[in-house]
Amino acid sequence: MRKLIATQQAYPTSDKRSQKHESAKRQVTGTARYVDDLPEPANLLYAAVGTSNVASGTLRQLDLTAVKNSTGVVDVITAADVPGHLDIAPVFDGDPLLAHKQVAFHGQPLFAVIADSVMNARRAVQLAKIDIEPTAPILSVAAAHESNSHVRPPHYMQQGASDLALQQAPHTSEGHLSVGGQEHLYLEGQVSLAIPEEEDRILLYTSSQHPSEVQKLVAEVLNVKLHKVIVDMRRMGGGFGGKETQAAQWACLAALAARRTGRAVKLRLPRQQDMITTGKRHPFENHFTIGFDQQGKLLAADIDINGNCGHSADLSDAIVDRAMFHADNCYFIKDCQISGYRLKTNYVSHTAFRGFGGPQGMIMAEAMMDRIARITGQDPLTVRKHNLYGKENGTLTPYGMEIEHHLIADMLAQLEQSSAYWQRRDEIKAFNETSPIIKKGLALTPVKFGISFTAKHLNQAGALVHIYTDGSIQVNHGGTEMGQGLHTKIAQIAAHEFGVSIDDIEVTATRTDKVPNTSPTAASSGTDLNGKAVQNACQEIKRRLATFYCQEHLNKLDAESIAGVQFVDNKVTLEDTCIDFAELVQAAYIGRVSLSASGFYKTPKIHYDRETGTGRPFFYFAYGAAAAEVVIDTLTGESKVTQVDILHDVGHSLNPALDIGQIEGGFIQGMGWLTSEELCWNADGALTSNNLATYKIPAIGDTPAIFNVQLYDRPNEEESIYHSKAVGEPPFMLAISVWCALKDAIASLADYQVDPQLDPPATPEKVLAAIQVLKQKKGAA
Amino acid sequence: MIQFLLNDELVTLDAVDTDLTVLSYLRETRKLTGSKEGCAAGDCGACTVVLVELEADNKTLHYRTINSCITFMSALAGKQLLTVEHLANNELHPVQQAMLEQHASQCGFCSPGFVMSMYALYQRTKSQQTSAQKTSAQKKKTQETHSDTQKQTLEREEVLTALSGNLCRCTGYRPIIDATLQACNGPSHAGFIEEQQKTQQRLLALIESQADSNRIAPTPSGPSGHAVHSDIKVNVKANNVFLPANTQELAELLTTYPSAKLVAGGTDLALQVTQALQPISHLISLNKIDTLRRVEVQGDALVIGAACPLNDLQPKLTHYWPELTELITRFASLPIRNQATLGGNIANASPIGDMPPALLALNASLVLDNGQQTRRLPLKDFFLDYRKTALKAGEWLDSIVIPLPSEFADTVQTRDASNFIESTTLTESSCLRRFYKVSKRYEDDISAVCAAFQIKVHDGKVTEVNTGFGGVAATPVECQALATALQGQTWQDEVCLVLGQKILKEAFAPIDDVRASAAYRRTLLANLWQRFWLETTQQNTAMPIRLVQHA
Repeated sequence: MRKLIATQQAYPTSDKRSQKHESAKRQVTGTARYVDDLPEPANLLYAAVGTSNVASGTLRQLDLTAVKNSTGVVDVITAADVPGHLDIAPVFDGDPLLAHKQVAFHGQPLFAVIADSVMNARRAVQLAKIDIEPTAPILSVAAAHESNSHVRPPHYMQQGASDLALQQAPHTSEGHLSVGGQEHLYLEGQVSLAIPEEEDRILLYTSSQHPSEVQKLVAEVLNVKLHKVIVDMRRMGGGFGGKETQAAQWACLAALAARRTGRAVKLRLPRQQDMITTGKRHPFENHFTIGFDQQGKLLAADIDINGNCGHSADLSDAIVDRAMFHADNCYFIKDCQISGYRLKTNYVSHTAFRGFGGPQGMIMAEAMMDRIARITGQDPLTVRKHNLYGKENGTLTPYGMEIEHHLIADMLAQLEQSSAYWQRRDEIKAFNETSPIIKKGLALTPVKFGISFTAKHLNQAGALVHIYTDGSIQVNHGGTEMGQGLHTKIAQIAAHEFGVSIDDIEVTATRTDKVPNTSPTAASSGTDLNGKAVQNACQEIKRRLATFYCQEHLNKLDAESIAGVQFVDNKVTLEDTCIDFAELVQAAYIGRVSLSASGFYKTPKIHYDRETGTGRPFFYFAYGAAAAEVVIDTLTGESKVTQVDILHDVGHSLNPALDIGQIEGGFIQGMGWLTSEELCWNADGALTSNNLATYKIPAIGDTPAIFNVQLYDRPNEEESIYHSKAVGEPPFMLAISVWCALKDAIASLADYQVDPQLDPPATPEKVLAAIQVLKQKKGAA
Repeated sequence: MIQFLLNDELVTLDAVDTDLTVLSYLRETRKLTGSKEGCAAGDCGACTVVLVELEADNKTLHYRTINSCITFMSALAGKQLLTVEHLANNELHPVQQAMLEQHASQCGFCSPGFVMSMYALYQRTKSQQTSAQKTSAQKKKTQETHSDTQKQTLEREEVLTALSGNLCRCTGYRPIIDATLQACNGPSHAGFIEEQQKTQQRLLALIESQADSNRIAPTPSGPSGHAVHSDIKVNVKANNVFLPANTQELAELLTTYPSAKLVAGGTDLALQVTQALQPISHLISLNKIDTLRRVEVQGDALVIGAACPLNDLQPKLTHYWPELTELITRFASLPIRNQATLGGNIANASPIGDMPPALLALNASLVLDNGQQTRRLPLKDFFLDYRKTALKAGEWLDSIVIPLPSEFADTVQTRDASNFIESTTLTESSCLRRFYKVSKRYEDDISAVCAAFQIKVHDGKVTEVNTGFGGVAATPVECQALATALQGQTWQDEVCLVLGQKILKEAFAPIDDVRASAAYRRTLLANLWQRFWLETTQQNTAMPIRLVQHA
């Protein structure tokens, strides 16, 4: 088959790519509308949610008499009032819209109140009499293992014979890491507005990364077919994975309330309730046993990955899988066994969060490198470079995927140079020798992140492109805008395809009635999937316009000519002929050519066999490397990141400014996960870090004063959109360099001979505890 | 009646609900949805707006960022409330333009709040630069040197301080910092001076329109020389919101409404509404009682009116006690410090509140008033138990009295703080002070432990020890045992280090909570003592002891 529009010019490489975020002007002027900002429909009602006060038990009685009689209350909803499905789980069962009989976590929604004001609804909730007979909750991974409590069966990957190799290895070492979870803390909390339409139709405005799933679940809860429900999603005030599956519950409740009252209903969670009732990044309890030689080569590893999933499966199966897929990071492990467990506990159901388990797996690889370095007395960077995938060591991952393109060695070498790693290493060692209280640390760590949904069917996307008779273009696609700049990149793709200015492109709100059956905007896939689908739609219209132009204007009917038509600089050209784009569009309309097309894309090459634990789950890998320097106070455990140098691979960047924004933002978010963001639950299983006063994300002063970010600007070898690479999640894991640098600073207290135990997040308290252990060890030695 | 300017519109409200916050008023009543609710607790800054008020000269405009989500309507009286909707007309404001150029918005939800904090900083910077240029021009005429015009560029540190109350979850802040520097260090936008003059005139007109026969004569200027107009009619009542103009009226109101809540900054009280959803029956704002906002030296002491916001009293406080700079900037974000008062921090009686430990170590006492009589109480006797104080019914906190350091107390005229040099020889009398805070996050966080030390040394021997601690007991506390043990010891002697560590480790029974474990708190007490001893005994060595150096 002929290649369509073969001569289209290449996507530019200049700074012109750095288009501003399409909403930037509206955002900085306060005119960008989020769901809670929409003009309110007449007779709007407001909903509030009542929750359980124990972590595990049986609901004996829910006395809502006083709630119903409270000022302004119009309706009260319990599980018994759900006409359709009560279970709104995304993949596997287990997520009731409202708890019914069994209570599975502290803060689980039990009922909803609908009232004439937000305050009246929320105050009424406080009047409920909730009687739950408590049962013993499972509140740790260890307890879940003991009770054989899993949300999904374990999964295993193996390569070679790790048992034997561990026995034969010159050195072996074991390690355990309690990896903390993370609250998403999107600045815009969960919110939905449901507007009842004719008969049983309903329209929803929601802050969701997955409008199609909201549509499906609302339909199921209301017991109507999917085509009766429309979901509209213009933008989110942040998502980070927290609105992938867990935005649906609030949309379903608002929709049910709207159905029952016949009035529009808005449900916006107050921040504290948002933090309590929605899942977080999974905490993990991971373990490794490694074998290595005196040169620091990792020979064998046995890695246990234990995800604390909370009370239901949600997306935990894929999340623990992804942790397993990344436990090797960039390092070849000849003999390797990776076991992944999905533990069921009485916590909120933990969910997607940027990296999707990848960070909690990858940190194990870096923990192993640090351990080898300290035992063999080498610099951790030397050990890292010694173990990279490559022709010398090996190219096969523990899940049987061949690493085809080896970028990371070159990237490490570049960053090593540009960050002056060895010179600073010497300076830091000299500083630490004369500074008993304040210590510095440095680490340079790589990232290799697999791109594709590991659930194969999600790797598809649709688009809808319209050209209007003035030549202006509307683009719609299945992806959602949460700040990452997806719509901007999409507009750039459409503008490039048609050869028009980006001002001629309008990307409209994501709507389930425009592009159906979409995948969530997740797994960093937004641009890869939807960009290709949009390109596909554009090319279809271009084919029609080119054909029309050749036939009607040039009287050329051959395929060669049609394929040779170019769309550049607001013009359509073939050889020396030329017509204004808008003029051709006009003519085509008069000539009865369809100026609208849908587009579709599915990722090629990917497959994975869960039975054997092998396959090619990823279309490609995105790489990165970061060097972080930290300083710690050995009296208090306080720390500060003073310099960060990053080199990150985004393929051929579609928009360097947006990509750098993702890299910097991802890094700082990752730094928060590993340092100040500590989730705390009490002995009853109640979240105590449940507001912004007790849960601390990085503030402006935490941004390192020296923060250098470079793009490794080089085309993706795979046929991705203009050979770019996904950028949403990978940079998050660059922050592991901060954790390693903190350990490096602590290790200086024992002449770099001990690998400190530092369970993330490395709060001042944890850093000080690690320091004390090292001081004691050194004292004892 | 409450009158204020909402952007350029004069607003007169005959009645406001006690629990109506400025953010609810903007978003729900006025449908101005540019300001966002991120947390409704003053912790994220998405709701940041700017209050403009006239300083005492009736000319200079003072720009104050506040968290509208935890500000009650009473705070607006006589001021201009600026929201993000005000900034862009036909063109973007320079701070908005810089945000655009630096790609500093991603999801955009925090952007309006950031823009308002940047705007306040821009207005302040440009006002200073404008007046500095004037001064410079004048001096050139008289052929004088002009050293004070050097400070024309805004530093990164100042940006961090100004934006310390705004959280962004997307960008990692780097482009926002760069945008702020770009805007504030670029040229003023066209019409800047004219806009300021217009605002000044409108505020003056607002104040004068409110003034009538009941108007109280202009009062002494507040700290940093601004604000304080008594312009509201006596006993103004807006529903159950009262704005008494003097303490007599306050006393009367407290007699009539004994359960009324007093509000000054309200940064904690508002949480009862926005978080606990509790109603407030009657609200008495202290903002119009000038005497409660005074900051002045009386005899050998600095007297701080209980209702003076922390950021307003900071210059005077750090003038006398420069060692307080770190603690006070880390006390809370700038918008909180723009509202929160020293009296509120004390009367609130949190076991952690960062100023009480410092004030304990500084030997502060309190003046309590009920309209009939005042009484003075050492601060250490004020805290009775968890959230329980010695305040009686009908009584309020009038002021905080802090004895001045001896070097200031001895001479009447004040010394320039920059000349303040700690004695390093220790051969004669010297006073050593440090105020430490440890928290998970450096900025805008609540202490795991706060420790304040003040030691007087004469001829190398310890003569007096004053301490204050937060986060280690049910109330802010001192450690008497430490004072007793150190008396007469040679400060340079390691015995002082060891004794202090031993005593402090066992002095309190702190609890495990979300911020820290009891064990960590105990260790911190001992280690902060070590830090104090190291910092005040090391001589001429360059050993780094702190992560961040403060002025």
